[in-house]
Amino acid sequence: MLTKESKMVEGQAIGYPPELKKLIRAVEQTRPERLARIKANQHFPRLTREEGEKVLKSYHPDYRPGGRRRLKVGVNKGEILADEVADLLESYSRIDPDAFDNRLKKPDYETDVLILGGGGAGAVAALFARQNGLRVVIATKLRHGDSNTIMAEGGIQAADRPADSPYYHYLDTMGGGHFTNNPRLVKALTMDAPLIIQWLEGLGVMFDKDNAGNMIELKGGGICRRRMHSSADMIGAEIMRVQRDEIRNHPEEIQVLEFSPAVELLIDETKAVSGAVLYNLETREYSIVKAKAVIMATGGFGRLHIQGFPTTNHYGATGDGLALAYRAGVPLVNMRYAQYHPTGTVFPEQNFGLLITEKVRTLGAQFINARGREFAHPLEPRDIASSCIIRECAEKSGGVTAPTSHYGVWLDTPMIDLLRGKGTVEKELSAKYLQFKRYGIDISIEPIIVYPTLHYQNGGLEIDEWGATRISGLFAAGEVTGGIHGDNRLMGNSLLDIHVFGRRVGVKVSEFIKAGKKGNRLSLGHVRSYHDSLIKTGVKTKRVAPILLPDYVHRSAPVYPRKS
Amino acid sequence: MAGKKQATGNGAKMIPIYIMGKKYEVPETLTILTAMEYAGYRHIRGCGCRGGICGACATVYRLSGEYGLKFGLACQTVVAPDMYLAQIPFVPANKAIYDIEKLTPDINSIGRVYPDLYRCLACNTCSKACPMGISVMDYVQALLKGDIAGCARLSHSCTMCGICALRCPAELQQFHMAMLARRLYGRYLQPRARHLEKRVKQIKEGKFDPMMDEIMSLNNHELKQRYARREWEPESYENPDWRPEETKYLVLD
Repeated sequence: MLTKESKMVEGQAIGYPPELKKLIRAVEQTRPERLARIKANQHFPRLTREEGEKVLKSYHPDYRPGGRRRLKVGVNKGEILADEVADLLESYSRIDPDAFDNRLKKPDYETDVLILGGGGAGAVAALFARQNGLRVVIATKLRHGDSNTIMAEGGIQAADRPADSPYYHYLDTMGGGHFTNNPRLVKALTMDAPLIIQWLEGLGVMFDKDNAGNMIELKGGGICRRRMHSSADMIGAEIMRVQRDEIRNHPEEIQVLEFSPAVELLIDETKAVSGAVLYNLETREYSIVKAKAVIMATGGFGRLHIQGFPTTNHYGATGDGLALAYRAGVPLVNMRYAQYHPTGTVFPEQNFGLLITEKVRTLGAQFINARGREFAHPLEPRDIASSCIIRECAEKSGGVTAPTSHYGVWLDTPMIDLLRGKGTVEKELSAKYLQFKRYGIDISIEPIIVYPTLHYQNGGLEIDEWGATRISGLFAAGEVTGGIHGDNRLMGNSLLDIHVFGRRVGVKVSEFIKAGKKGNRLSLGHVRSYHDSLIKTGVKTKRVAPILLPDYVHRSAPVYPRKS
Repeated sequence: MAGKKQATGNGAKMIPIYIMGKKYEVPETLTILTAMEYAGYRHIRGCGCRGGICGACATVYRLSGEYGLKFGLACQTVVAPDMYLAQIPFVPANKAIYDIEKLTPDINSIGRVYPDLYRCLACNTCSKACPMGISVMDYVQALLKGDIAGCARLSHSCTMCGICALRCPAELQQFHMAMLARRLYGRYLQPRARHLEKRVKQIKEGKFDPMMDEIMSLNNHELKQRYARREWEPESYENPDWRPEETKYLVLD
C-alpha cells in the first residue's frame, strides 16, 4: 500500500514512445462512452459455453495440434503432451544410481517428514506436520519462500459471505475447469476454504477489510459471487512472508535447507518413498535425506516456456517434481492444457511477460483493441479470455505493436479510478503501480499493452483428497499436483489449493507415520528401471532432469510467442 | 524474459557496465539481472521472481562520476553506462523467535523482541536505500510512538530484501521489526471478520453437507445446466444491496 508519505523510487523515465501515445488516443476517445455504459449496467456480453468452446478450439495455444508429441515412457506412456513436458519426462537422471550404493547406507539427515519445495504448499504442510508432532526438513532449490506463491497478486477464494456458499464455489470451479476436475478434490477445496482464511487471519495476515472487520471481496474471471480475499495486489507476498516468519519461529522442529533441490527420490524395500538425494547448488555436493514420508511441493513448470510462451513464473519453476515423481511411478493428470494468463505485460520490455493481476479487471479495466473498441467481457475464464486476445490480434487485426515488435491489446486501467474514485489504482494495485511507474508509465491514467503469458500448470501429479499419491510414503500438494482445477484454473484457487492441500497433507502424513512403516534400506532402483525403459523404448537423448535452473545464458533466443 | 534477442529488442545500443569490476558490453535496454545473464552469468543467488516482489536480487551500484552509492532490485533496474555493480547474495540479520499467540499488540512487545528499535537515529539512510520506495524511517518512528497499525501500513510493500538493515548506521533490523508489526496488526488490531467466523461454524455444523451431496450426485449434463444458469452478483459499486433470487443453496439466518 503506497501512501502519501512514501516516496517514489528513482524513475528510469522511459514511458510510452510517441507512436504508442498516438494509439492511446483511440482508447481515450471511447472511454467516456464505455464508462456511461458500465454505469448503466450494460456490460460486454459473456460468451455462451458453445461460443467459448469455439474460440478455445481455434485460438488457445494448447488446443491446436502443434508443439506436442506422444510420450514414450512411464505410466502415462502414449499420452500426447507438450514437447517441453515430454522432454522433461523422457530424460535421464542427473546422477548415476550405481555411484550412490554406499552413500545410501549412511544418510546425512534423518527426519520424520521431508518436504521438497519452500513455497506456500511446503510451508503450510510443514506448519501442520509440526503441529501434529512431527520433525520436518524442508529442502528448497532457492531461498526459503522463493516461489510462485510469493508472486500471487490478486487474491484467494473462499465462500464466506451470506450471498455465497461452497456450492457456488464448487460450481464455478468445475465449470472453469470444463468439468474435467476431480469432484472430491473440488469438494475439499471449497469446503475447507473458509477454515483456511480464518487460520491465516490468526497467523496475522493483513487482509483488505472494512472498518468493521468485514473482508472486502471482489470477483474474478468466471466467478459468480464476490469471493476474492486480497491484501492490496500482493496477497501472495503477504502470506508467504508471514508463513516463512512462522516457520522460523520453530527452528527445533523445522529445519530449512536452502539452495538444496532434490535430484531423486529414494525408495525402500517395501516400495515406499523414504527420502531423497539433494544437491547443494553452492558446494555442488550431494546429501542423502532419510525420511518416514516425503511431501512433493516443488511447484509448476512455467520456466519450461511451454509452446514457446513467455512466463509470469518464478525462476525456479522448472517442473522438477513432475520428473522425480513420474520416475517413481506417479501418474500425471490434466496435463493437456497449460494456463496462459490473458494479461502478461508487453511493454516496457523490462517487464515483458510479467503478470498483470486479474484484479485489474475485477476493479474495472477492460480489453480494448487498436481501434479503441472493447472486444471481450473482462472477466471470462482465463483460457477463454486469452483465446479472445489471440483472436483479436491474429484474425481481426486489432493488435497493438510495441517498439520491440511484440504485440498485444490494450488493458484500459484508467477506467478503475473513473469507476471507483481517484487513488484506487495507487492503493489497490500498489505493487503494479510502482512496477510501471519505474519506467515512466502511470497506469492510473495510461492503459497497458497485454498479451497472454504462460502462468500455471493446470495438471500434475495424481493425488487423493488428502494429498496422497498412489506410491506409499509419497504425498504432494500445490501446483505440482493435478485434478483440482481440471483443464483450467480460476483466479484465487491456486493460493487456496496450496493451503487446503498443504494442510491436509500435513495432517495426513502424521497419521501415515503413526501407523508405522517397515522399510529401512534406501534405494535408487526405480531410477535404474526408468533408465532401462528409456533405452528399451528407443529414447535417444543426452537430456537430464530435473533441469533445476532455466538456461538463459548463451542460448539462441526464441521469439515469443512462437510463430505457428 | 529469456534469451538475448528477446530481451534486446530491435538494435539496442551497446553500453559498458562493470560487474564486480569486470567490464562487459551489454544492450542498454536490459535490466541488471538480464544484463548479467547476457554477459554469461548464471544466477543461483540473486535471482528469484524476476518481477520485483521477492527481494532476492538486491544490487548495490555506483554510476560513473557520482559519489553516492545506489541500491535497487536487479530485475527492476535498467543498466546505465559505466555502472559499477555487485549483487548482495545474502543479508545477515537475526530474526527473533516469538510466539505470536502470546504477544500483545503494543510497543513493549516489539521493543522486547527487537530492542535495537530504540537505537534509531532518525537519519533516514534506510528510506533513501529502499528499492520499494518505502519510508522506512517513518515506520520505525511510528513504532517508537507505539503506532503498530501505522508501521504495518507503511511497510506493507516490503520485499524484505534487507538493504535498510545493511545501510543503517545504528544497526537496526528494520525489516524484521516491520514483519512483526504487520503480524500483530493482522492478528490483533484489525477487527476479526465476523461473517467468516459464522461461516466456519456453519461448515463445522454440517449445514452445507446436504447441498454438497446434492451437487456431487448430479450427472455432467445436469451440472452443466446449473453452471449455465447460475446468478451473477454485480460488483459492489454497481449494486451494494444485491440479493440473489435463488437462496436454496445459501445458509441465511
